[in-house]
Amino acid sequence: MERTALPRAVGVGRWQEARLVALRDESASARTLRFDVPDWPGHLPGQHVDLRLTAEDGYTAQRSYSLSAPPDGNHIEVTVQVVPDGEVSPYLVEDMQPGDALEVLGPVGGWFVWRPEAAEPVLLIGGGSGVAPLRAIWKARASAGIASPARLLYSVRTPGDLLFSDELLTAPGVAVLYTRGAPPDSPRAPHRIDADDLDAHGLSPHGADGPPTCYVCGPTPFVEAVTQMLIETGHAAARIRAERFGATGG
Amino acid sequence: MAAISRGFHRRREQNPALPPGQHLTTDFPVLSAGPTPHIATDEWSFTLTTETGEQRTWTWADLQALPSERPNVDIHCVTSWSKLGTSWRGVSLDVLLADVASSAPYAMAHSYGGYTTNVPVADLTDGKAWVVHEFDGRPLAPVHGGPARLLVPHLYFWKSAKWVRGLQLLDHDRPGFWEGLGYHMYGDPWKEQRYHGQ
Repeated sequence: MERTALPRAVGVGRWQEARLVALRDESASARTLRFDVPDWPGHLPGQHVDLRLTAEDGYTAQRSYSLSAPPDGNHIEVTVQVVPDGEVSPYLVEDMQPGDALEVLGPVGGWFVWRPEAAEPVLLIGGGSGVAPLRAIWKARASAGIASPARLLYSVRTPGDLLFSDELLTAPGVAVLYTRGAPPDSPRAPHRIDADDLDAHGLSPHGADGPPTCYVCGPTPFVEAVTQMLIETGHAAARIRAERFGATGG
Repeated sequence: MAAISRGFHRRREQNPALPPGQHLTTDFPVLSAGPTPHIATDEWSFTLTTETGEQRTWTWADLQALPSERPNVDIHCVTSWSKLGTSWRGVSLDVLLADVASSAPYAMAHSYGGYTTNVPVADLTDGKAWVVHEFDGRPLAPVHGGPARLLVPHLYFWKSAKWVRGLQLLDHDRPGFWEGLGYHMYGDPWKEQRYHGQ
């Protein structure tokens, strides 16, 4: 948890209007929303934003969401999974249409971030919609052409829950690990991510390119289990960055 | 004038116990930057360091021997969830601070794992803050900051340092971990002081 200097793009500032320009359904209950934000200051992969909805009667509700795409001018993307009985996520996933507006504050967070000048290997491990900020890191790192290895382990319940399937299912270096139901041709029986999975698909802390920086994002129990496994397999706690989210609240 | 989100309607009742921009949760989400440290109580200690370098250390047994209180408080996370009526048990910072001579106005909390957060001393005294080791009548779990964490419920919850191991009293305010990464130096939820510059 040591750090030496203030990062670029610590961000925030003021609330500003964002207009929805494109939608992509990721699964039956998750959607990627692309917004145009005229004065967007840029962001680092891994950062998040606060989104605020305002009703006709002035009522407001806000939530934090990870940015799921690398910086791209005035455009930002968030990928939202519907939370049953939620207040904000059902609107974003089921009701919002291109041309509709909300407010955005950000980018937020200077710790769970990846910087383009970082040359070391990275090990990304996501559970469920926790893959969203890792997808931003993965894409940014791929387009930066960094030589050292990167791996993405994506734990997901069933094939129907898979987000970014067109990008991730066949990408080299990505392992999709099903916990409840796998496709019929899958050699791995569905189970929660374990030390054998890390061994088979992860990166060693003693590899020739040096130890990876590990990014772990998902529900709290997932992050607790994975971060302890990483420590038990020799990864230094100081090289493990985590982002957790609760079971409810969205 | 805020942008209206067409078709968005209130789905929840307004609750006067909620600061602006917050919503209720009934479970207990976690915000931490890294792995959870697992600290045994016989390894745990808490050290107060004054601005002159004087130190006072309490072991786990020392802490348990002090008079404890059972605060029942609302907590507010900067990520916008709030949890009402949480019950804790621990030692008031008034008791610990009474044991050292200091006129320092600021404090930095230090945690196992390297986390830090800054809080003015005035926000730690007069019954406003505790070192707590029980939640809901049970030993505080490591994932929530056990064996002991700071509890400063009138500020956003990142100020309530998990896995706390000491307080350093300071003549000048300095940013802690999140405060140096864009979060507010003080963090009053009722003024919605989430981020730097708000």
